[in-house]
Amino acid sequence: MSKILIIAEHDGQALNPSTAKTLTCAAAIGGDIDIAVFADSVDAVAAEAAALDGVSKVLTVETSGNGFRLAAALAPKIVAMAEGYSHILAPSTTFGKDLLPRVAALLGVAQISDVMAVLGSHEFQRPIYAGNAIVNVTVPADQVMAGTVRTASFAAAGAGSSASIESAGSAEAPSHTRYVKLEASGGERPDLQSAPRVVSGGRALGSEENFDIIYQLADAMGAGVGASRAAVDAGYVPNDMQVGQTGKIIAPDLYVAIGISGAIQHLTGIKDAGTIVAINKDAEAPIFEVADIGLVGDLFNIVPELTQKLA
Amino acid sequence: MKILVGLKRVIDYNVRVQVKPDGSGVVTDGVKMSINPFDEIALEEALRLREAGVAEEVVVVSIGPGAAQQQLRTGLAMGADRAILVEADEEVQPLTAARVLLSLVEKEQPGLVMLGKQAIDDDCSQTGQMLAALWDRPQATFASEVVVADGVATVTREVDAGLETIEVDLPALITVDLRLNEPRFVKLPDIMKAKKKPLDEMPLAELGVTAGNFVSTSAYAPPAQRERGIMVEDVDGLMAALKDKGLV
Repeated sequence: MSKILIIAEHDGQALNPSTAKTLTCAAAIGGDIDIAVFADSVDAVAAEAAALDGVSKVLTVETSGNGFRLAAALAPKIVAMAEGYSHILAPSTTFGKDLLPRVAALLGVAQISDVMAVLGSHEFQRPIYAGNAIVNVTVPADQVMAGTVRTASFAAAGAGSSASIESAGSAEAPSHTRYVKLEASGGERPDLQSAPRVVSGGRALGSEENFDIIYQLADAMGAGVGASRAAVDAGYVPNDMQVGQTGKIIAPDLYVAIGISGAIQHLTGIKDAGTIVAINKDAEAPIFEVADIGLVGDLFNIVPELTQKLA
Repeated sequence: MKILVGLKRVIDYNVRVQVKPDGSGVVTDGVKMSINPFDEIALEEALRLREAGVAEEVVVVSIGPGAAQQQLRTGLAMGADRAILVEADEEVQPLTAARVLLSLVEKEQPGLVMLGKQAIDDDCSQTGQMLAALWDRPQATFASEVVVADGVATVTREVDAGLETIEVDLPALITVDLRLNEPRFVKLPDIMKAKKKPLDEMPLAELGVTAGNFVSTSAYAPPAQRERGIMVEDVDGLMAALKDKGLV
């Protein structure tokens, strides 16, 4: 039977939703599932992890000075904890992508990145070529399977349980790597990567000032805000708001694309969204090919009206 | 200081990749091949560090078929000093690539190894981190700003939560993200000059590296397509459709 270790992602205070999604992937593999929480202060995050449904136990590892953010601090400890586990999983976020290959290499095993479906305990589906092809991949059953989980492909596991919490010691960052700071983006609005609702604007907004109507609609909906690459390149919004193949790949329940034509590179970033709404003045825009609800018209009339009716 | 830069030969990013009808792979015949765009950004940054006097030599490395010489020549034309091609006719997975790079690192003793954050073919995003692990040196992945001074690289990383800054002691591994820089265009005289620059070739077997190819791929399929939905006439129609779906 499989025995799975999930490396929790969190911001120091609260568990990132990507962890509960990784848990759903682990549950599809089946077997015993433990969650490792590395943190400077483990209690709050460990309690959240222990509440997730389907967890056998939570293992806590104390770090210091934001060491929990550094792959070089975590990887050797995870390798030391790996004994007895058949699978080690992390979310395919920048945290998991940075960390897990370092673990896999120390274990001398391959890694499967961006698991999007579980076909068997050692057979998975993953996207390549920015999602333009999906492959079935198999790793040998006699070695540890290291994998990052594409969070857009799995729903979050529920919470309401109470697994046991055990200390698994501490981990120190090597002296060669030092955390300096994190400048958070986005401010008060929901985080684009994990928001259940996202409103995005495209080049049709025409200017940084005009983008305000996107923020107003997003605030009326309690949504995160994104943008197409064209809007980013035109300088209307900062880089970290870009949705698409080279930006953020997201899967909100509701995605509203405003003045976005729907280039392949953008569609790659939203194809797992629950419902896609498109508002565009060009009825031939490719975005309408994938939208669940389409509205052709002038966004400068439609968006304020929609904001008003939603408020 | 010497900087080692990895250049992977991949299908050009402008090509719309298509799965073969029999599901055995993607169409590569007659398709334009280029340097992995993230690797090109890594090379540009290495060249800028050399131009700023931080580094003296930039060496480009590719692991792949003989035809990867083209990508190395492009790298030399951009300004790299010399090139190494590790010839491998079969697929090279990230752990193997990391082991190959480690053996070159031991020989070349670079102060920095710079790679793209991922290759746009397999999208693995593993090789750099694996190399850093095997090398037992620091890693700074997804870099959007790199400052090198006094044996320390201060790297701003594009993480999901925003911009994270870390300091790493050299030698170190850096993987780069899209927004670090815009690579220079290659000019014709540079292409001519690049033909005279040294390009060493060696078969992968000669390096004594154990292959880490453990992932087998059994089927390729195109992604599932979303279906076209409904069109509404106005904002009220949109509100009604959203209500139907329980979204407002």
